[in-house]
Amino acid sequence: MFSQVRTIWQVLKHTFTKADTVEYPEQKPYLAPRYRGRIVLTRDPSGEERCVACNLCAVACPVDCIALQQTIDEDGRKRPEFFRINFSRCILCGFCEEACPTYAIQLTPDVELCEYERHNLVYEKEHLLIEGPGKYPDYNFYQQSGIAIADKGKGQGVQEAPPVDIRGLMP
Amino acid sequence: MLESAFKLLEIFIIIALLIPIAAMLVWVERRMIGIWQDRLGPNRVGPGGVLQSLADLLKILGKEDWVPQFSDRSVFIIAPVIGAVCVLMSFAVIPFSPDIGVSNLNIGLLFFLAMASLAVYSVVLAGWASKSKYARLGGMRAAAQTVSYEVFMGLSVMGVVLLTGTFNLREIVLAQSDTWLIQSQFVGFSIFLIAGIAESHRLPFDLPEAETELTAGFHTEYSGLKFALFFLGEYLGVTLISAMSVVLFFGGWLMPEPLASWLPPLVWFILKILFFVMFFILLRTSLPRPRFDQLLAFGWLVMLPLALGNLLITGALKLGGVL
Repeated sequence: MFSQVRTIWQVLKHTFTKADTVEYPEQKPYLAPRYRGRIVLTRDPSGEERCVACNLCAVACPVDCIALQQTIDEDGRKRPEFFRINFSRCILCGFCEEACPTYAIQLTPDVELCEYERHNLVYEKEHLLIEGPGKYPDYNFYQQSGIAIADKGKGQGVQEAPPVDIRGLMP
Repeated sequence: MLESAFKLLEIFIIIALLIPIAAMLVWVERRMIGIWQDRLGPNRVGPGGVLQSLADLLKILGKEDWVPQFSDRSVFIIAPVIGAVCVLMSFAVIPFSPDIGVSNLNIGLLFFLAMASLAVYSVVLAGWASKSKYARLGGMRAAAQTVSYEVFMGLSVMGVVLLTGTFNLREIVLAQSDTWLIQSQFVGFSIFLIAGIAESHRLPFDLPEAETELTAGFHTEYSGLKFALFFLGEYLGVTLISAMSVVLFFGGWLMPEPLASWLPPLVWFILKILFFVMFFILLRTSLPRPRFDQLLAFGWLVMLPLALGNLLITGALKLGGVL
């Protein structure tokens, strides 16, 4: 009985505490930079697309909302011919970001993904690509992966060691 | 002729004010619960959200007014009406101020108790006519709960009758012009308030409609306007129990002298009612719901002996000339 009276008193004291409510449309809450919102495709520091269309994101996606096709350009880089994310299916789980070997696909703290027409939620590559490198400003896949492209051979990248002679006996 | 026309007008005005007030209480309750739970509550419709009830009403009128095929049709339809009408009838004997009040019935208190008992039929019949398990369980609980709590609700106000020597609510208020009865009848007041909460089946005694176990209890099958009538009945019931507590124990419209001249008696009466309504809402936010056997055991083993003891001691003190 006493504990009930104590409860009533404690609740009554909350008359003067400030409400925790964030009145959303007028007052936006702070979303951390790593918040899992709208998906973007980023570019490396030299301004080229990072995505090599390896399909790992599409495989990782639990709802199969990512579709893409690989193509190899004249400069030797692999690129997605098309890259399509259906945001009406996407559950913003972030598995694609974890799967991506080149930091190309990233989730952003933008959650306002509302459309009146459902087909407007299907984003093509030109909608997904952004200008900057996203969360990893220095990362450049072709400068450290040891893959030869038109203007750069194996081992000539900034962070690459020259290739080993696989027929040599030296360790 | 002219007098009865005025009386009709008075009745009409009281009803026309009571129903919007009961509707407003929905907003007040949601807002206050919000504040006590560190939220804001409904604040979008109109300034501060005051028009929320109107929006709710429009929405509920737009709902399909559905009567299930398996229900007992006529009883199903009449049940919510009984509830709202019984509570509204009780307001007939409430003296709002020295001049306002529908009926100056000399058995006003008994009339109130009778109407409170009749209101049970609304819940029981609703539970019965719905012919669904949740509704029936709710109706059963309501019957058991209300019958048990009615007993000592009647007993708790007998102390007031002993001290004032009348069943007329207006005379009971006037008898408190020196001291309010809360001073000598605090136990009676506590019992009356607890029984009143149980009678209007509000939290923590809302077992007939316990959401977590019975979906919505006796009004599970109701929708649209009929559901709105149940809602209206509940909030009118809260107002009624508050008004009765004020009339019986807190001197009705009376106030001690320096305060009495500041505001008209009706305003004091409404302010006092509002205080109790707030208390009801506070109870709802803070207390958990007891188990049903705990509820009945509490009623019969704690409240009933307490009410009887209160009556005995009041009677003895009255005979001894102390009170």
